[in-house]
Amino acid sequence: MGATVLVNELRVVAQAPGGAETTIVNDVSFRIEPGEVLALIGESGSGKTTIGLALMGYARRGCRIAGGAVRIGETDVLSLSEGERRALRGRRVSYIAQSAAASFNPSRTIMDQVVETAHIHSLMPRADAEKKAVQLFRELALPNPETIGKRYPHQVSGGQLQRLMAAMALMSDPDLVIFDEPTTALDVTTQIEVLHAFRRVVRERRTTAVYVTHDLAVVAQMADRILVLRDGAQREIGTTPQIITAPKDDYTRSLIAAANPKARTGDVVAEGATPLLEVRQLIAGYGPIDKHGRPAAPVLDDVSLRLHRGQAVGVIGESGSGKTTLARVVAGLLAPTGGQILFDGRPLRRLVEERSRDQLRRIQIVFQMADTALNPSHTIADILARPLQLYRGLKGDALAKRIAQLIDLVQLPQSCARRMPAGLSGGQKQRVNLARALAADPDLVLCDEVTSALDTVVGAAILDLLAQLRKELGIAYMFISHDLNTVRAVCDDIVVLYAGQKVESVNRSAFGHAARHPYFNLLATSVPELRPGWLDEVGSARRAALPLVAAPVDRSGLCSFLDRCPLRVAGQCDTRTPPRRALEGGVEVFCHRSGAELVALQGSAAAQEQAA
Amino acid sequence: MSTAALLPAAGAARRRKLLAGWSRAGKLGLAVIAFWCLVGLAAPFLPADALGEMSDAGVFQGMSLQHWLGTDYLGRDMLVRIVAGTPYTIGVAFVATFIACAFGAVLGLLAAVAGGWLDQALSRLLDTLVSIPSKMLALVIVAGFGSSVPLLIAVAAVVYTPGSYRIIRSLAVNINAMDYITVARARGERRPYIMRREILPNILGPLLADMGLRFVYALRLLASLSFLGLGVQPPMADWGSLVRENLGALPMGGVSVLGPSLAIATLTIAITLVIDNLPGHTDTDRETN
Repeated sequence: MGATVLVNELRVVAQAPGGAETTIVNDVSFRIEPGEVLALIGESGSGKTTIGLALMGYARRGCRIAGGAVRIGETDVLSLSEGERRALRGRRVSYIAQSAAASFNPSRTIMDQVVETAHIHSLMPRADAEKKAVQLFRELALPNPETIGKRYPHQVSGGQLQRLMAAMALMSDPDLVIFDEPTTALDVTTQIEVLHAFRRVVRERRTTAVYVTHDLAVVAQMADRILVLRDGAQREIGTTPQIITAPKDDYTRSLIAAANPKARTGDVVAEGATPLLEVRQLIAGYGPIDKHGRPAAPVLDDVSLRLHRGQAVGVIGESGSGKTTLARVVAGLLAPTGGQILFDGRPLRRLVEERSRDQLRRIQIVFQMADTALNPSHTIADILARPLQLYRGLKGDALAKRIAQLIDLVQLPQSCARRMPAGLSGGQKQRVNLARALAADPDLVLCDEVTSALDTVVGAAILDLLAQLRKELGIAYMFISHDLNTVRAVCDDIVVLYAGQKVESVNRSAFGHAARHPYFNLLATSVPELRPGWLDEVGSARRAALPLVAAPVDRSGLCSFLDRCPLRVAGQCDTRTPPRRALEGGVEVFCHRSGAELVALQGSAAAQEQAA
Repeated sequence: MSTAALLPAAGAARRRKLLAGWSRAGKLGLAVIAFWCLVGLAAPFLPADALGEMSDAGVFQGMSLQHWLGTDYLGRDMLVRIVAGTPYTIGVAFVATFIACAFGAVLGLLAAVAGGWLDQALSRLLDTLVSIPSKMLALVIVAGFGSSVPLLIAVAAVVYTPGSYRIIRSLAVNINAMDYITVARARGERRPYIMRREILPNILGPLLADMGLRFVYALRLLASLSFLGLGVQPPMADWGSLVRENLGALPMGGVSVLGPSLAIATLTIAITLVIDNLPGHTDTDRETN
């Protein structure tokens, strides 16, 4: 049972060594009733995590709580001594961090760590604590609640670890639980299960909670009220339905607009012409190659796709589905063990070293993390100059002019040229990253999760830029992402990968009503929608893995989604390779079920989404 | 090729600020190094007979007007001995360190970028060198070829290359895993460019710090060789051997051992101070970036 939380005119300042103080949280006030969930929403740097930590009376290194009051129940947190605050943390206020993998100690069992809170605060004997932990595991819908505590953190999945961390936080029946982006690092199909589990325990235990996140759609499912933050200041506070349907503040409106990406279409592509890129039955992986020509750790299995000039194809899949490997193979960084890549009608050599300089120029790759993709010891001008020198032999004034043009093209101020990457913001770095690819005048740009590390509003601006460049320069994109909304907004065709198999390819126009591979259907219905109540409508029972009647001996060629598929046909799916069915509207599905069956069995979900 | 030429204003401003960004400690270090270099240059102009001249004041004498830093175990003037030893110390130890680090850097970068069998071959070869005790190796080489200044440099360089290689390789392997290296490879860059332009600037700081440490090791190796009579030949002596020779002064509270010890200490500390203040590694640089 939670307590009332009252925050009044909270102010937190940061101070660089020897520098002036900057206010990072300014005059934030709110009140949370017992059993209520308040969401703090904002972009990076908005102070949401800082507020979350201040609720425990804690400020990160270099920061200081400069003013205001935090009351939890009858306790004035900020007036407590350091020792009293330690007694408060973990017992009355607990914290669930974004990365559970980094928060667990890999060398101790899970149970040891979950009951640690009870031990530190001497709440109950170990046997009772373990009993309570098992009870919590059960409530959080963890598999094998009796024995999961005996495992080590690396033996459970990311989504399970996140729920185990919630169990750890709930051990002491805290007055307040702080969720700090607990599902941001998870795949959508995992996220939905974790959200379900969190919501259930929060409701049943009537926990007072603060939910920190940047994702409005998630907040709409979890929170009773929302506080919108920007640059450490409070922009708007209101109930969830009010913020989502009738936002009063301009900034809230821009956040909501960015969460519903609009379509950024390209021109219609002339079909029939030679495709710019054609990937045929590609097989690739890592590790030594066996006598059948298959790598020890196969990643891509029989993937084919076509991409025309000026077209954008989206490759979507969860972590481990092989999307990045596909980009690396096309870029020549990894040698495929089978299949063929045709570029402009001519076969492309396997590796970078074997390709001509002109072929290298025409295919450019842009990585997700601009932080690691730009050399920190080169200036922006140096970074942009290199492809121009290498491919075009520019020097002197011509080089300087072209660099200036490129900086304009990606809408950065000219003063950036002399700066180092560390002097730019995340969005600016991603623009430089893009400008470097454009410097080569490429025909094809491989975009590997280019907006995933960015805030929604900044990411939307990058997507706009990509769409504009495509229109102006006729560049084709292979757009790799785990985010279906982004891919739908940018791409003409969508290719769905699951565990290295291409399970479906679908044109955007057919997206809403085409037959869906069961995996694609799961993925599409797992993307949180921006309306309260969505989570309740989507059941979680059917998402759990179904036990196989008999595990097939040789899995090669079988559908990789077999273990999780709710529509599988015993005796068929676990014995034979499914056909690639070409359905009307350019849809291709890799499934034993016919198109009509798929629509009939999953149709309701698809139609539902269309209605929304 | 760098774009610095394109931005002359920035280049000039940078050059002007070269010393401005240095902390007081960095400037002090620079001054001390300059001082010892001047002393080293001045050493050949010492009167030829001053070096071996034994004072009538006696052995292990304290500081006096006649002998500012006392006398050594044979009653020779310590100041003269230290000045005369400067070019050997700086010359042999510094040049050897420089060569060792240069080789270590080139091989380490190559191993990291090339990977595969080349990495394996280089690493195993240099591991073999590490496994031979360095003093034994040095002794065998000197015993075989006779002692001379170029040989001493070569010996110290061979002894310290594997350590430097290990450090550079491990730093470079981490950098080699970064996306910007992948981008450079996808762009079709050759190995030398990736080693020199993409990786080297990012490991320069630790590389130079390692060089400073290795300089001290080289001094020590040289001193121990001299102690065994295989290093710099008498009557010349490097600082390390001056310390060795005059250790006998310690139980008697003599100062003769202090002079060369201080000389070594000031030079190595100065080198460390300068390394900490090189562009890109000062505190101000870190903050503005």
